[in-house]
Amino acid sequence: MPVPNNNAAFARKGSNVQKVPGAKSTKAATKKKDEEETVETGTGWEEWSQGKALVRPPDQMELTEAELKEENTRILTANNPHAPQNIVRYSFKERSYKPINIVDQMAVHFVLEGSLVHQDSEEARKLGVKEGLAQEIATVDATAESEEEKAETSVNPAVDGGDVEEAGDEDRPDSAASRINKKEPKVTNQFNFSDRASQTLNNPMRDRICQTEPPPRSSFSATANQWEIYDAYVQELQKQEKNKEKQKGTHSHKDNGKSKKVMLMETQSEDVTKWTMASKILERTISQNTFDDIAQDFKYFEDASDEFREQQGTLLPLWKFQYDKAKTLSVTALCWNNKYQDLFAVGLGSYDFSRQGCGMLLFYSLKNPAFPEYIYPTSSGVMCLDIHVQYSHLVAVGFYNGCVAVYSLKEEGREPVYKSTAKTGKHTDPVWQVHWQSDDMDSNHNFYSVSSDGRVVSWTLVKNELIFTDIIRLTLTGAVSEGPKGAQAPSIASGTSFDFHKQIDYMFLVGTEEGKIHKCSKTYSSQFLETFDAHSMAVDTVKWNYFHPKVFVSCSSDWTVKIWDHTINTPMFVFDLQAAVGDVAWAPYSSTVFAAVTTDGTVHVFDLNVNKYEAICQQLVVDKKKTKLTHVEFNPIHPVIIVGDDRGYVTSFKLSPNLRKKPKAKKGHELPKGPEVEVAKMEKLLSLLREPDQNSG
Amino acid sequence: MGEEVEAQMKRIEATKGVIGTLVVDPDGVPIRSTLDQSMTLQYAGQLRQLVILARSAVRDIDPQNDLSALRVRSKSNEIIVVTENNYLVIGIQKLPEPDVSMSRETGSPLGIEYPGWLQKEGSDGY
Repeated sequence: MPVPNNNAAFARKGSNVQKVPGAKSTKAATKKKDEEETVETGTGWEEWSQGKALVRPPDQMELTEAELKEENTRILTANNPHAPQNIVRYSFKERSYKPINIVDQMAVHFVLEGSLVHQDSEEARKLGVKEGLAQEIATVDATAESEEEKAETSVNPAVDGGDVEEAGDEDRPDSAASRINKKEPKVTNQFNFSDRASQTLNNPMRDRICQTEPPPRSSFSATANQWEIYDAYVQELQKQEKNKEKQKGTHSHKDNGKSKKVMLMETQSEDVTKWTMASKILERTISQNTFDDIAQDFKYFEDASDEFREQQGTLLPLWKFQYDKAKTLSVTALCWNNKYQDLFAVGLGSYDFSRQGCGMLLFYSLKNPAFPEYIYPTSSGVMCLDIHVQYSHLVAVGFYNGCVAVYSLKEEGREPVYKSTAKTGKHTDPVWQVHWQSDDMDSNHNFYSVSSDGRVVSWTLVKNELIFTDIIRLTLTGAVSEGPKGAQAPSIASGTSFDFHKQIDYMFLVGTEEGKIHKCSKTYSSQFLETFDAHSMAVDTVKWNYFHPKVFVSCSSDWTVKIWDHTINTPMFVFDLQAAVGDVAWAPYSSTVFAAVTTDGTVHVFDLNVNKYEAICQQLVVDKKKTKLTHVEFNPIHPVIIVGDDRGYVTSFKLSPNLRKKPKAKKGHELPKGPEVEVAKMEKLLSLLREPDQNSG
Repeated sequence: MGEEVEAQMKRIEATKGVIGTLVVDPDGVPIRSTLDQSMTLQYAGQLRQLVILARSAVRDIDPQNDLSALRVRSKSNEIIVVTENNYLVIGIQKLPEPDVSMSRETGSPLGIEYPGWLQKEGSDGY
């Protein structure tokens, strides 16, 4: 509370109190009044400055602007300002009203603490003696005293003015008494209080400092990323799991010891293995860069000129795969991997009877055309191979020496996992075709093989062995007699190819060296279901159509490719290709498209839906005089074919759009999809052929 | 297994267009290089930092993911960094000249022969 403000109020109204112990409400009240005053003065000041004439009380205190702007803090208390503060209470115990010393409405103007002394007390008598002595001195200074007294009393219109005079008298008599009467014992006050002071010796101050070695410090900084937090959690988790394991297994400590030793050995010797995958990826990336344009073509190039060429299509050469050590061998087998559609297997051997040496099994990936992914050298030439449809690490291989073997790509070594020997029933002539079958009832894998010794054999993988079962023996006459072993030699036909029906599991076709195709069943070992007089020379390949259940194609060195319906004895379509046909393959995306390769280095692609009489693409892909094409295979998903030749090269080609035509959608109808469409397409073609037959025949 | 990797690395180094290869171990020390010492150290140092940055970016978005490869293509070169077990396998390849005529007459770097009819014609190839 500002002091000048208070004094002014006091002078003016006489109602403000300076010291009010414990009465906050009064303070609040006074503050309010003060503020009202200040507000009034404030507004008055503004109005005055604005030029309006306002009545201003003449004795209104003038505050400086600073003082006006002073903020008086308002306090909100819980006291009720309206409740009466000076309640008079009656105490029943004492049968009297309780005296209240301080009342709100009471304003103390003057307080003087006097001391009344009883007349008859000892002190009073002493004082009386002193007064008697003092009066002599007093009369001398009477005039001066009275003046002083008057001056004193005029200021204070006090109630107990008498006390004042007496006090004034007492003061002087005291001093007078002290001058005159020193013998009188000193009058102590009622508390018997007297000051006594003494000074002690101050001890000298001394500084003593002790310094410790600072604790070792290192600064540490880290970032708190999402992954750092994640890593910390993972570590915690691992620690917890380790603790749990420790609690559980104490006997496993011995094993851990052994394995640790093994680990040390490995880390010392084989540092390189840690980044094998990385180097592989690097190689592939580099090769992608090197063959960048081919990779782009593979993915994106669609021959635009196909639109102008009506029915014809082209093959765009893509990568070429070769391996140094395979240069003298010819490609004898090709197979795409079903699961990893950029991986394919190449079997290398020789068709030449006189030149039989070792062979090779190579796996290439389209991602790295420079070098094969897997290399398996073999002692005898590979004649055929097949990759299991589901377990794509299992590869069945047939050799020139009549053995069959199964390689597993998961194994580290270069040796086959299973191999047949003379004891275990290997063929006596080259194995021309192998084919995986679905697992038998004991869920053992099994595959079939056909060979020139006239046997179709089923091999089952049981634990570590290959167990063979003769399914059928091919004979020239058609009927087989399971007689004693010696009697069969002359009448055995040589099987050169076979294929199993896609849907009907037990039915399969066997092509022979004599040019006949036998339709056989797994269950009938003695008799063929049917025989087709297919070709004049050995049947190189028979293949069932992927979609249509009745159609199959066969090719032969007699320059022809024939398409059959297995219910009809004569071929549906015959194509003369001007050179010995090495291989034929159906396209996986259409029931009417197939490709054939000939020894003059040409690839012929046919689409029966487009042109029933000639190929829609005939392309010379290799040097005509030097190389012969031996095998062809379509990629399951990409529009790519791979062609193998007798130089050990495998070339890949992209099929132009004309070669992959789907049936055109009629306007307004949705394009029908699915194998039924393909089947229907083929059926339409066949029915056209059958009708004239029926008409003529 | 070790010899295969060795053979693979040698093949890569021998490929036409590859300027150099470099393998850096987890501590940042180059263990194998076909470049000279100063270049090796430079590449190792710079790329290591880049890999750390890239890895931080990848893992920040998804902590369960991790960086596997990094390719930096510049005007003249391409630097390919493949990470495995905190090892860095680095290859520096010179980019092939851009084909103006869109043909593959420049010949493939490994010296593979294409049939004669291909080299005469343009991209149609027949």
